[in-house]
Amino acid sequence: MSLRTSGTARAGQYAALLCYLVFLAFPFLWLISTAFKPARELGSLHPTWIPEDPTLDNFRQAFDEQPLLRAAANSLTAALCAALIAVVIATPMAYVMARHRGRLSTAATGWVVVSQAFPFVLVIIPLFLVLKYLHLINSLWGLILVYVVWSLPFALWMLAGYVRAVPPELEEAAAVDGAGRVRILVSVTAPLLAPGIVATALFAFITAWNEFFFALVLLKTPEKQTLPVVLTHFLGAEGVADLGPLAAAAFLATLPSLVLFAVIQKRITGGLTAGAVKN
Amino acid sequence: MPRRRLPALATAVTTVLALLLAGCSGDDGRGTEADGTIRLSFQSLAWQKESVDANRQLVREWNATHPDVQVDYVQGSWDNVHDQLLTSFEGGEAPDIIHDASDDLADFAYGGYLADLRTLLPDRLTEDIPQQSWATTTFGDGVYGVPFLQEPKVLIANTKILEASGVRIPTPGKPWSWPEFRQITAKLTKKGTYGVAWPLKEPVSVTLNLGLSSGGRLFHRGTDGKVTIRFDEGDRVMPGTVRDQVVSDRSAARPSLGMGGSDTLPGLFGGKYAMVPLGFSYRQQVVEQAPEGFEWTVLPAPAGSGGLAQGVSPQTLSVAEDSPHKREAARFIDFLLRPANMVRLAKGDWMLPTGTEALADPALHTAENGWATGTALARALRPAPAQSVRGYPEWKDKVATPALQEYYSGAIDTEELKKRLVEDGNRVLARYQR
Repeated sequence: MSLRTSGTARAGQYAALLCYLVFLAFPFLWLISTAFKPARELGSLHPTWIPEDPTLDNFRQAFDEQPLLRAAANSLTAALCAALIAVVIATPMAYVMARHRGRLSTAATGWVVVSQAFPFVLVIIPLFLVLKYLHLINSLWGLILVYVVWSLPFALWMLAGYVRAVPPELEEAAAVDGAGRVRILVSVTAPLLAPGIVATALFAFITAWNEFFFALVLLKTPEKQTLPVVLTHFLGAEGVADLGPLAAAAFLATLPSLVLFAVIQKRITGGLTAGAVKN
Repeated sequence: MPRRRLPALATAVTTVLALLLAGCSGDDGRGTEADGTIRLSFQSLAWQKESVDANRQLVREWNATHPDVQVDYVQGSWDNVHDQLLTSFEGGEAPDIIHDASDDLADFAYGGYLADLRTLLPDRLTEDIPQQSWATTTFGDGVYGVPFLQEPKVLIANTKILEASGVRIPTPGKPWSWPEFRQITAKLTKKGTYGVAWPLKEPVSVTLNLGLSSGGRLFHRGTDGKVTIRFDEGDRVMPGTVRDQVVSDRSAARPSLGMGGSDTLPGLFGGKYAMVPLGFSYRQQVVEQAPEGFEWTVLPAPAGSGGLAQGVSPQTLSVAEDSPHKREAARFIDFLLRPANMVRLAKGDWMLPTGTEALADPALHTAENGWATGTALARALRPAPAQSVRGYPEWKDKVATPALQEYYSGAIDTEELKKRLVEDGNRVLARYQR
């Protein structure tokens, strides 16, 4: 069956898509606009999209007042390590969960869903005590450990879905051709899972990159603080904010996620549609 | 890989990971170095550049003159400060010297996390700060923080609109009464301009704190120590005035009821609002963001039968009960809060110092940026009415906030407001006082 769309319908689709994109992009565009506005324009009753007198002062002030580069390096280290470790642990586990379905697998899936419902505040004190026992307070490794544990259930759930999308017949065919289990996993399953692994790593990376509360509680010294914690230093009591520098710093903080998405989005979308149709 | 090797491999990986993690651990010292030098950590919540600079500079000055007691400055964050401190206390990792606000201290004080400062502080400091300020950090018999900075609510006004209207300009000596304030906002309201914009996104503390000026108390402690809520004549004045301005007179901008303080500033700068009641420290934003030629002034909030009284929750410095060096921590606080230093901190935060001597400093009595008006109000500041009432946070979130929001917008009348605040409120408080 061929799916043909009339010109009007297609125009409607594009219009809807455009509206959706504008809706999604609004906060980000506003952030960029604010980051380049001088203080006087921030207090204007008639704000403009494009700053009338664009300035880099907010960026200068943000870098001058807070150690943004060091904080970004800490965030990057924590997020990359957390993503890598989470994927390395989750991939074999997800394979087992998806391929050997039984009560245990069902229970594990249920636990994954439930574990996502725990609020941070509920777990932070026992977690703090455990990390203290391990001498991991005020340590990036402690934070990485937390991020791995925190993102692992969802990563597992996500990857298990990707594994299920890989037809078992492919593995069986490889086995008939004489490939061993490890060879099958490495040569047949892993390449098909690659987009899923990338998407999962991206999820773990962004979760860790944006996380604030654990980093606030676990890291004491300024040298170790991550970007979300340092961003709050532009906020005062009762939500008062140093808006210009905050917007400038927040804009810079979104860049790594955007770059990462831009670089690997083809792999993700490719993976989502791979094997969806019979050739 | 043979199956029997798997457990051994898993054990080896786990061991290596554990060793690796343990090797990357932080410092677990108890604040004394091998040469006997005491190290104290001071977690500050200062956030404005001038304030952070003042704090850091004072720490440097202390360290230069006290080689045996060194202080490490730790930058804290107002965001989630309560949960962060609670975790630190529970984990035995709290900073020695803690910066917070007095309305956040009750749980920590009753929980035994903070040191009672009564025997630790010098008489100089104790006597320099007025009793009404100490009352904000006194819980039971103990004193658990040194109140050092505070900010009253003031009216920040567009001078041109005010002068053009010919209304009487109030002073701390002769403030507007609440009825007069209502008349004046009606007079200032013209096409395109409202007399006032009340930023009431968080309506409870504003209502309670400004309610003191007309004798409102709402919370009444009985002889048995239990607190009950009443809504008397004095409690009606401030909220009644605001409601009348919004609903009957239309002299207060209705959209501002959902705004935070900063959100109203563009309207003030653009001549949309003649006045905005804001915290004293908002002056800094006005100075930074106001357009060229914008003329503004700081006026006292309206007064009632209680005069200019209003509630405040000062910023405080406390010492952790777990700190092995409480006496040294108290000495540092004493240094930080010497009159000249308190003035530096106050100017950095655009707030008022609590100390009598600091408050007398000529630098805080200039007309520029409304400093003189603020310092003139300092003697009238009282503890925020509810800050030591157990169950207050739940009452605020579940009962008072929605009730006041509905009341100010005109959805419910005064009797319904009273019913909700008192009946529902007392049920909440009773649960905490059994």
